[in-house]
Amino acid sequence: MKFDTPAATNPIDRLKIVGQPLDRIEGPLKTTGTAPYAYERHDVVPNQAYGHVLGSAIAKGRIASMDLAAAKAAPGVLAIVTAENAGKLGKGEYNTAKLLGGPEIEHYHQAVALVVAETFEQARHAAELIKVQYAPAKGAYDLAAPRDKAKPAGTDDEPADSAVGAFDGAFAAAAVTLDATYTTPDQAHAMMEPHASIAAWDGDKLSLWTSNQMIAWSVGDMAKTLGISKDKIHLMSPYIGGGFGGKLWVRADAVMAALGARAAKRPVKVALQRPLMFNNTTHRPATIQRLRLGATKDGTITAIGHDSWSGDLPDGKPETAVMQTRLLYAGANRLTRLRLAVLDLPEGNSMRAPGEAPGMMALEIAMDEMAEKLGLDPIEFRIRNDTQVDPEKPERSFSQRQLTECLKTGAERFGWSARKAQPKQARDGRWLVGRGMAAAYRGSPVIKSGARVRLDAKGTVTVETDMTDIGTGSYTIIAQTAAEMMGVPLDKVVVKLGDSAFPVSAGSGGQFGANSATAGVYAACVKLREAVTGKLGLNAANAQFADGQVRSGERSIALADAAKDAELVAEDSIEFGGLDKKHQLSTFGAHFVEVGVDAATAEVRIRRMLAVCAAGRILNPKSARSQVIGAMTMGAGAALIEELAVDTRHGFFVNHDLVGYEVPVHADIPHQEVIFLDETDPLSSPMKAKGVGELGICGVAAAVANAIYNATGVRVRDYPITLDKLLEKMPDVG
Amino acid sequence: MKPFTYERAASPAEAASAAARQPDARFIAGGTNLLDLMKLQIETPAHLIDVNGLGLDKVEPTQDGGLRVGALVRNTDLAADARVRRDYAVLSRALLSGASGQLRNRATTAGNLLQRTRCPYFYDTNMACNKRRPGSGCSALGGYSRQLAVVGGSDACIATHPSDMAVAMRVLDATVETVKPQGATRTIPIADFHRLPGDTPEIETVLERGELITAVTLPKPAGGTHHYRKVRDRASYAFALVSVAAIVQPDGSGRVALGGVAPKPWRSEDAEAEMSRGAKPVMAKLLAGAKPTEENKFKVPLAERALAAVLAEPRG
Repeated sequence: MKFDTPAATNPIDRLKIVGQPLDRIEGPLKTTGTAPYAYERHDVVPNQAYGHVLGSAIAKGRIASMDLAAAKAAPGVLAIVTAENAGKLGKGEYNTAKLLGGPEIEHYHQAVALVVAETFEQARHAAELIKVQYAPAKGAYDLAAPRDKAKPAGTDDEPADSAVGAFDGAFAAAAVTLDATYTTPDQAHAMMEPHASIAAWDGDKLSLWTSNQMIAWSVGDMAKTLGISKDKIHLMSPYIGGGFGGKLWVRADAVMAALGARAAKRPVKVALQRPLMFNNTTHRPATIQRLRLGATKDGTITAIGHDSWSGDLPDGKPETAVMQTRLLYAGANRLTRLRLAVLDLPEGNSMRAPGEAPGMMALEIAMDEMAEKLGLDPIEFRIRNDTQVDPEKPERSFSQRQLTECLKTGAERFGWSARKAQPKQARDGRWLVGRGMAAAYRGSPVIKSGARVRLDAKGTVTVETDMTDIGTGSYTIIAQTAAEMMGVPLDKVVVKLGDSAFPVSAGSGGQFGANSATAGVYAACVKLREAVTGKLGLNAANAQFADGQVRSGERSIALADAAKDAELVAEDSIEFGGLDKKHQLSTFGAHFVEVGVDAATAEVRIRRMLAVCAAGRILNPKSARSQVIGAMTMGAGAALIEELAVDTRHGFFVNHDLVGYEVPVHADIPHQEVIFLDETDPLSSPMKAKGVGELGICGVAAAVANAIYNATGVRVRDYPITLDKLLEKMPDVG
Repeated sequence: MKPFTYERAASPAEAASAAARQPDARFIAGGTNLLDLMKLQIETPAHLIDVNGLGLDKVEPTQDGGLRVGALVRNTDLAADARVRRDYAVLSRALLSGASGQLRNRATTAGNLLQRTRCPYFYDTNMACNKRRPGSGCSALGGYSRQLAVVGGSDACIATHPSDMAVAMRVLDATVETVKPQGATRTIPIADFHRLPGDTPEIETVLERGELITAVTLPKPAGGTHHYRKVRDRASYAFALVSVAAIVQPDGSGRVALGGVAPKPWRSEDAEAEMSRGAKPVMAKLLAGAKPTEENKFKVPLAERALAAVLAEPRG
């Protein structure tokens, strides 16, 4: 199905099942511990052996020699895979560094060997017996140092630079200006389930049970890496214990399991051990961001400039932290630039809302600072600079844009008017209390997505698509879509996901999954409805699917009857035909935060949080809310604690476990409220929906930072805002 | 993890003598720290002696009005003991501020004292660490040191002791009871129990080879108002940046020990003489000679401010 004209009224608009706050259909499996995650699939193939990955002890250089003798002789060892014996390997399209290093080492903890043994303990022990001699080379590990050598770098979708009008002159001439630099640190996905895979060969065919967000990409990259054809690979990832972008790609667990299984001639399972997760896999790269804002005295932005520096391995990608600045606020003179430095740290890549998440951390503090300079309420300042068109390309309008409504709704619900604009005005016992806000912005891309739908003689509708559910609720919204389309209750729908034998979907990433994948299911259901009416001899044009019946004129026939002789199968994809080019599809919101800062110790504790989101039709308010509060929690972590500490001597992230890399715990997260504005977006898809999972993080950290400023009068521009950055300026104790 | 042999000891004295006989033996009780370190190849014992069955799990009154806490009393049980809550509240509070409920259910009193540092370089076997591999050097010096010691460290090691409980034990003047391999027992004041690193940071306590902790004894209650103020980056389940254990008497005198700043619970009677004059003079003495790094120098004013906040609280 081609989607190239705005969606008209369709069966989804009935909203009997879509749009309802329904429980997750796979919830009972997860709460009873019976959802099969990759590492626990003991039943799928017999005789599984265990693999243990050895990571490089240096960040850059070469392996001079490897002595495997002791490891080979250790009890239970079946095989040891290294670059030397693995055969020729390719590199995946989505990988920057190789997943098996040697003799060249590209980053710390890059896999250099896999030991396969009868038991996990034997594999781990033998891996410790491998003796590796390294010849280290000098690397670049400090983003601040090579910043001047950074080069312009865009992505496939975004140019490195953009300019409108004459920024320099306008900025110089502006009545009120701000020129400030902000930093965001490297961050880890720190998902609960590590990367894990079981690989089994049957002749030249590979079965891979893994934990992966993008099935088709990963089949392609496994094929490319192993030098085999894609049709020899069966990849399955029905349940994923968190990904946040870290599992968009094939990683070392999958490749090493496949190589280990080939070497050991047995199925092999591999999970990346937690201390490897932080340096072996990908992370959100650190940024240095310079914001320059110029405005008239009444708060109209006349110049907006945003430069962002990040680093990555050679041939890597920039963190596109200026994306939102190209689209969020009006302003006649504009300049944005992305610069990329070569660093020999582990590979930087996507993490929940890449680009906007760190970009909004900087931009939305700058907006707060500028509002203060102007003597304007920060909400009013944003409203004054709202725009209904792409400020760089005014011929493109936003498909929907309710930023101002989000800001106003949030202000009212949060009690914003009670906030004192002057910092350090509110105290509650030992706590200095402050309130802050930020806008939320995230693009809502759409991606071709396919599905197959089956109807059987019992009237059960089965959906098959390689879409994944990374904890987001994909199973449920897909079931809701099929149920709504076919006029059956939810319990008559079976959803099968994450299998490369199924039609290729959008996958889970970039908050494109929910809208795109359900639209693909919609398309397949449209075809199935045609097959049903054809089979039943009903007029497709006026057929109504409801209550397990198909009605047309005076006739009403049970849906199941259409499949009484033979199962009906329909398959289709949604293909997006340019509405997303003519219009800008984006999601908007507003974040409000109240913090308490301990007057003595400067410990920051969040007291309440509110998010208002305008993100198209909300397919399931319950799972959407879970996405947003999860994202708010991640934003709280980004604001206050999350930082991969770089050792610039050795070139690695030092705090590479969950003791050292702190993420929020329950005690850190207070009452969270989420409001979804009514919105349907006929330009986005037949579902009229968008994504929310990434919108929820964009702006949160800045709202926290602005609240801390309001509480303490201390403006911190370097994340995370730990107490040591506040302490000096706190009031005397006692 | 290196393969190891395992036995269950039948009595404290036998456990001690078994440990002395076997090279590279370790006692195991709760295992909440040791097992993790073994999995990471940081601890590589050849033999484990399980002391869980030794019955050292009672909290009993002593003749002079104190409490004798068995070495195997779990942190959860000790924190919940009514006598501890009433007379040694600083201990209960310190325990409850540490780890998680699940860990406290397993962790023991003696094991808590013997926790090893959380220095990230200690945890990475690719990195030099004098504590883990004596003579290899200290990666933390000149490295990521935000969590590490500002006082009591040496050119060989700036690791901190991670325990909260031990800080409270120090402020309570607890004593550590042990049994040696030949069956002799001794009592070690908590002040002398942990060693400073000097040039042998791998030696962390005065325990001799095979010597087993059997109990930790608390003297009779000190009265006063008890505080345990733990300052950390997140609200729970994090090690202290700085912690303050304090007992403040109605006249403003009292005791104070710090956690998170040194290789052992940090207290000086000298400094305590200044208590009634406020936090500044106390810290001037207590942290005299501090040699913080650029990354952890904030701990010095933080400790003073945390104590000041404690001293500003109402006194009983």
